Amino acid sequence: MIYCIFAYNLDVDIMAYTEEELKKNLETQEYEYGFYTDIDAETFPVGLNEKIIRKISEKKKEPKWMTEWRLESYEAWKEMEEPDWSSLKYEKPNFQNISYYSAPKQKPNLKSLDEVDPELLKTFNKLGISIDEQKRLSGVAMDVVVDSVSVATSFKDTLSEKGIIFCSISDAIKDHPELVRKYIGTVVPQKDNYYAALNSAVFSDGSFCYIPKGVKCPMELSTYFRINQAGTGQFERTLLIADKESYVSYLEGCTAPSRDENQLHAAVVELIALDDAEIKYSTVQNWYPGDKKGRGGVYNFVTKRGICHDRAKISWTQVETGSAVTWKYPSCILKGNDSIGEFYSIAVTNNFQQADTGTKMIHLGKNTKSTIISKGICAGKSQGSYRGLVKISPRADNARNFSQCDSLLMGNNCGAHTYPYIEAQNKTAQIEHEATTSKIGEDQIFYCNQRGIDTEKAIALIVNGFSAEILNKLPMEFAVEAKKLLEISLEGSVG
Amino acid sequence: MLEINNLHCKIEGRSILKGVNLKVKKGEIHAIMGPNGSGKSTLANVISGHEDYEVTKGNLYYKTNEINELSASERAHDGIFMSFQYPVEIPGLTVTNFIKAAINESRKARGLDEMSSREMLKKIREKSSLLDIDTKFLSRSLNEGFSGGEKKRNEIFQMAMLEPELAVLDETDSGLDIDALKIVANGVMKFSNDDNAVVVITHYQRLLDYIVPDFVHVILDGKVIKSGDKSLAKKIEDKGYDWLKKEKK
Repeated sequence: MIYCIFAYNLDVDIMAYTEEELKKNLETQEYEYGFYTDIDAETFPVGLNEKIIRKISEKKKEPKWMTEWRLESYEAWKEMEEPDWSSLKYEKPNFQNISYYSAPKQKPNLKSLDEVDPELLKTFNKLGISIDEQKRLSGVAMDVVVDSVSVATSFKDTLSEKGIIFCSISDAIKDHPELVRKYIGTVVPQKDNYYAALNSAVFSDGSFCYIPKGVKCPMELSTYFRINQAGTGQFERTLLIADKESYVSYLEGCTAPSRDENQLHAAVVELIALDDAEIKYSTVQNWYPGDKKGRGGVYNFVTKRGICHDRAKISWTQVETGSAVTWKYPSCILKGNDSIGEFYSIAVTNNFQQADTGTKMIHLGKNTKSTIISKGICAGKSQGSYRGLVKISPRADNARNFSQCDSLLMGNNCGAHTYPYIEAQNKTAQIEHEATTSKIGEDQIFYCNQRGIDTEKAIALIVNGFSAEILNKLPMEFAVEAKKLLEISLEGSVG
Repeated sequence: MLEINNLHCKIEGRSILKGVNLKVKKGEIHAIMGPNGSGKSTLANVISGHEDYEVTKGNLYYKTNEINELSASERAHDGIFMSFQYPVEIPGLTVTNFIKAAINESRKARGLDEMSSREMLKKIREKSSLLDIDTKFLSRSLNEGFSGGEKKRNEIFQMAMLEPELAVLDETDSGLDIDALKIVANGVMKFSNDDNAVVVITHYQRLLDYIVPDFVHVILDGKVIKSGDKSLAKKIEDKGYDWLKKEKK
């Protein structure tokens, strides 16, 4: 596994992202990031048992409480059964056939970019993370202001001046054990579900972020994860704490290399927004979706959840284009009074992909509000589902929810499904749900054709129009990338 | 500019056009009239290159090239425009972004650079004032929630922006009140010049009071059965199509 943290700050005019770029990308039929980097990695033997877990913990030089926490999770996991309530069809992973630890051998304590493994830098270049790539992507090189992009180091100073902690969770366990110990597992308990328990036992790495009281994080914080070792499961753990009256916008992006055997990805993300804090968490997910015949691809079984204290706000925005199977419900527990939860999602499935995604909004406090806007785009023989729960507890007076689920179908072989669950236990609740299903019409395509816009480009325009509401919620530079991803994912889907 | 010879066409196996002949020269305005189901809209779609319409016989020439095999977008790049009877909605795509894509795709096909934002903006201002279009309208989703009049005005606005050489207006007057009709017709007359040609398809003579044609053709059962000047339109307004049917027999 390669792990890297960086942050960047771009000032890009989104309209300047030209169709030229798009065209170029559309020419690439195969999965764009389907490459494999040869990095000297250390990998554990396959299999899962107490010994392996102790070894992971030892390897990471973790304190005893962490080891114990992992072992507790493992004991719980052993007793649990893999859930099968979804309509997803996939071959269940063999957990004894996965290696639970693999880390690239990097030089410790990097001081500058020069010290980073050149193979790793090459990988980042291919992933479009470098400054050059960012310029290329935006198409307005001279207008781009890049506050430098580097692996882990360059932003540390700016952040630490404000008391912001942004590091890998392994480092946080060593350097800030009191914070990690206080909050880990408080939003997603060890035994929450099968995959969360597994993650709690074996998580390899992930990110940790703490924003102190009253601090507004001056830049978008961003992580990129990749699976980069054949047969290696990926178990990230993210813990983000926004102290009272603080604000942070956090970006998470993923790509994975192309390969044949299925890969399991079971992450856990926990967000804690204390009184009056605000967290904006954006994800662009582009794990390898498998080939056109449905072979290979990543299983993405993720547990993401945030808790809002009084007047706090958590906003999840996700663009899901990858993975063979996606099983993911970023949720908000609106514990505090007047707290706000938001979920904005675009999920694209093509070929044989399956996505079962949505959210849970748990209203516990008074005057809590939640908004859910979910857009599903299905093409090929794929299946996309929205599954969401809005729960209003008895003491949540005057809770409000608005949900909107739209599906866009392309062709006649795909399916879109909506499963909204509503549990209202308080009479003052106001809950609204809207849903639409539409198809890209031949008349729409002809209309565009007649104006000189070819079919491929027409689909891109229609899809982007359909997704505009969500794309607009993303930070600018991410929106550009997301737009591009949508178009790449749907390439060739209408004959 | 446009020459149609003995054009036959089928849709879903049904013959619609059964030998249409038509010649349109630069600088001319032609009106095509006819009762429902006579093949007027089919003709517009065939000229535009709609794939569902299968040309079984005959030829289409545009600017001296045969265009039977060209795709709709290729024809558009070459300067053919059709104003739709029922313009489609594309939610989330703004009028401005749509026009921008349309203009730049055609420019690209012609080997030109994209139009600069400044030039685009200038043009949008100029053409929208011509058609009495509020600029707020331009940031709305394409045709979504538009009234009948707004949709048609938007079609003519796009025509003005794209500056085609041949404009085929399919029932542009349907769904318009008299004020909107005047604005739209005025836009078409301002667009019309010595270097382009306009083909107006309509049921009613009413539109032709404002878009004054040089020639009027009547289509009946897939054929042009009568051509004349604008007095032919008046005659149809007064007498209907029955006398033409009898004359045909």
